[in-house]
Amino acid sequence: MLDKIGIAKRIAKEVKNGYYVNLGIGIPTLVANYVREDIEVEFQSENGVLGMGPFPFEGEEDADLINAGKQTITTLEGASFFDSATSFSMIRGKHVNLTILGAMEVSDNGDIANWKIPGYMVKGMGGAMDLVASAENIIVAMMHTNKKGDSKLLKRCSLPLTGVGCVKKVVTNLAVLEVTSQGFKLLERAPGVSVETIQNATEGHLIVDGEAPEMEF
Amino acid sequence: MINKQVANVKEALKGLSGGMTLMLGGFGLCGIPENAISEIVDMDIKDLTCISNNAGVDDFGLGLLLQKHQIKKMISSYVGENDEFERQMLSGELEVELIPQGTLAERCRAAQAGFPAIYTPAGYGTEVAEGKETREFDGKMYVLETAFKADFSFVKAWKGDAAGNLIFKATARNFNPNMCGGATITVAEVEELVPVGSLNPNQIHIPGIFVQRIFEGNGYEKRIEKRTVRQKT
Repeated sequence: MLDKIGIAKRIAKEVKNGYYVNLGIGIPTLVANYVREDIEVEFQSENGVLGMGPFPFEGEEDADLINAGKQTITTLEGASFFDSATSFSMIRGKHVNLTILGAMEVSDNGDIANWKIPGYMVKGMGGAMDLVASAENIIVAMMHTNKKGDSKLLKRCSLPLTGVGCVKKVVTNLAVLEVTSQGFKLLERAPGVSVETIQNATEGHLIVDGEAPEMEF
Repeated sequence: MINKQVANVKEALKGLSGGMTLMLGGFGLCGIPENAISEIVDMDIKDLTCISNNAGVDDFGLGLLLQKHQIKKMISSYVGENDEFERQMLSGELEVELIPQGTLAERCRAAQAGFPAIYTPAGYGTEVAEGKETREFDGKMYVLETAFKADFSFVKAWKGDAAGNLIFKATARNFNPNMCGGATITVAEVEELVPVGSLNPNQIHIPGIFVQRIFEGNGYEKRIEKRTVRQKT
């Protein structure tokens, strides 16, 4: 079974040379730390920066330079700044190659819910609805089950949706799954995790085609 | 040169009154029109509708207007980090319309650019699209979203001149350029008002035609919401 860093490390393998990548808040943010150093990748933050770098050194923070999580950041050589409409032109216009975001629920037809728990948590969708409505390559990073142990990979999402039929791949602490027209197809198992464990933690339709290999890092 | 310069924030906000709809630039606390917000607090006008990506924090930004119950309705994409906001929303004192961030930007830009509405894929199939017109283009579904109509736009820039030309700094740019010219009156506050002719026309982000009033603000606090640093190794 993987921890959050393990999930981030596995997703980092999906980041290819020449990609512009948008990372959501939480586990997705960690992915930037594990991308291979011999490839060229630029990270986009929807508040208006392409070519985002690491956090600044103490004393070098700039209130005018933050990421979408409102954290102070730096930029790398070749970076650019732009307004919010331009930022979402990059996203809606499919110029961003890969979107990695967290989720509360994903259904086996690719629906995603991650912005609202009615009567409990209503913070808003931020840029998530724009991202999932347009990105062609969306990977969800999340734990396979919630804190109560209930599956987050469902037949139908119970929470208000963020987008419909949009998720292509899910990487959890237990498995890598592809969303197909027939349901979640098991591609890889986390080290030491059995197919049975994954099956038991998946409420949505799971397609197991032989013994799925263990993840490699 | 058409002179847009006004003496101070009081003059810049002339004509602003309760019940109006305002656009306010900024992302979190980054690039917010601090001087205009302070003045609105002092004016004590009520029943405002505020279009802004976020709602500040409890004691800064739009949170200051929320504390004094000056806002009737917020139109935003993300409103975390603000307990008073959440309390007013859950108790029904505050009307809140949450919309996708790209849709928010584009509804501002549509107002600026003279489009009555735009089609966007964002929110299709979700509660955001409920009651809205939808249409298929090339096999994909889109939602019709209308341009905002606002009385005042309050934006913050880094540098500007009396002609109303603006240059923004880093990610403090965000929604500010998209809100210029999106309302009846656009008020720009700048950190530094420079002599006309000293800005390079090649590097101006917003031409002065989109700005009606400009002034040099003062006392910018520029609060950092989440200070994150790394250690030198």
